[in-house]
Amino acid sequence: MSNTGSDSTADSKQAPKASGKFKWQQGDPLPLEINMKWCKACNICIALCPKQVFEPDRDGKPVQARPEDCTLCTICWVHCPDLAITSSYK
Amino acid sequence: MATAVKEKQKSNVVLDYLRPGKAMPTVWCAGCGHGIVMNGIIRAIDKTGLSKDEIVMASGIGCSSRMPIYLDFNALHTTHGRSLAFATGVKFARPELKVMVVTGDGDALAIGGNHFIHACRRNIDITCILLNNYIYGMTGGQGSPTTPSQAFSTTTPYDNAEKHFEPTKLAIAAGASYVARTTVYHAPQMEKLILNGLLHRGFSLIEVISNCHTYFGRLNRQGDAVKMINDFKERSVPIARAKSMSAEELEGKIVTGLLHKKETTEFCDVYQSVVDRVQKGM
Ligand SMILES: Cc1ncc(C[n+]2csc(CCOP(=O)(O)OP(=O)(O)O)c2C)c(N)n1
Ligand code: SF4
Ligand code: SF4
Ligand code: SF4
Repeated sequence: MSNTGSDSTADSKQAPKASGKFKWQQGDPLPLEINMKWCKACNICIALCPKQVFEPDRDGKPVQARPEDCTLCTICWVHCPDLAITSSYK
Repeated sequence: MATAVKEKQKSNVVLDYLRPGKAMPTVWCAGCGHGIVMNGIIRAIDKTGLSKDEIVMASGIGCSSRMPIYLDFNALHTTHGRSLAFATGVKFARPELKVMVVTGDGDALAIGGNHFIHACRRNIDITCILLNNYIYGMTGGQGSPTTPSQAFSTTTPYDNAEKHFEPTKLAIAAGASYVARTTVYHAPQMEKLILNGLLHRGFSLIEVISNCHTYFGRLNRQGDAVKMINDFKERSVPIARAKSMSAEELEGKIVTGLLHKKETTEFCDVYQSVVDRVQKGM
């Protein structure tokens, strides 16, 4: 299974330990990867994010407007009904 | 079977369990709670450390019952209401497999009510996830056995005169040995309850309250997916707190958590001991 072992897609700077605090900085890849092909613009992630990281684009799909506020809390990706949200950091 | 529960989990683990070549996105409406349950089921299964080949996922007919189509387990998409009967056969023939059933409130309790009570009664080692959206979603919003009294559906256009079932009470009374309830708002709790249901030996029922905003939400003026999910949050009461509340206080509330757990004999085990005894000529 691909969920074991190290993640070769993120270097050590971009992959903080789960115990360490995540702090996104300008120039880093965005906290989340959103699969726009699977996303159905249901608004759930946008509404449930405790840090208001997202804004809807003109189709209602999430855009990471405030990536610096993301804590990688997991809420958006465990609630996405279309499995459209993942993060290379976690 | 591996039983070590995995603590850490990557965000993209869900992608490892999708059936190759099966077109995503799903057929479900945007924001359908059934997708959130699928997300949680995958994460729970991943934590068991079981391989995909050790899992059987059976379902009947309904929006909820479409789930095994997307997941890369041994899948059994059966007839309406009969998934527990098929699953019983599979578990009986191959007791080493982890057998799960995904069902809707109509599938499990209306046409499949008979199979449901007898699976509970036998306490066969099956993990049953009941996606309760209080309505028949797939066929256009007809009332189901869980449609609340006085709620609207296309078959109760002047409101529901019937009383409704509480599936968890039914399961406990019928003999299920692990019974839990949660909602799609409580995704982390859902994952934990499903995981513990999978680890429990005996019949486990995990009822997940799910949003069908397309029919139940619209007909009952409960708004869109987000409104319904937030409403589940508002109306939920953890079992520990519910114990000190009166029936009136609990009216309209959703009691969440592990409601019942009992260590008792499991059907396949008992049957095997009968076989052993008969073969020894005793
Ligand atoms: C024998 C039979 N009777 C009726 C139907 C029509 N039918 C298909 S799905 C369904 C109800 C599904 O409701 P539920 O189990 O609550 O699932 P949901 O779609 O809400 O997830 C019905 C009555 C059928 N497919 N087969
Ligand atoms: S929860 Fe998923 S499907 Fe819904 S808007 Fe967010 S990314 Fe899209
Ligand atoms: S991980 Fe948490 S903080 Fe970050 S976008 Fe998702 S919900 Fe918001
Ligand atoms: S009709 Fe209801 S249950 Fe079916 S996919 Fe749409 S929201 Fe989900």
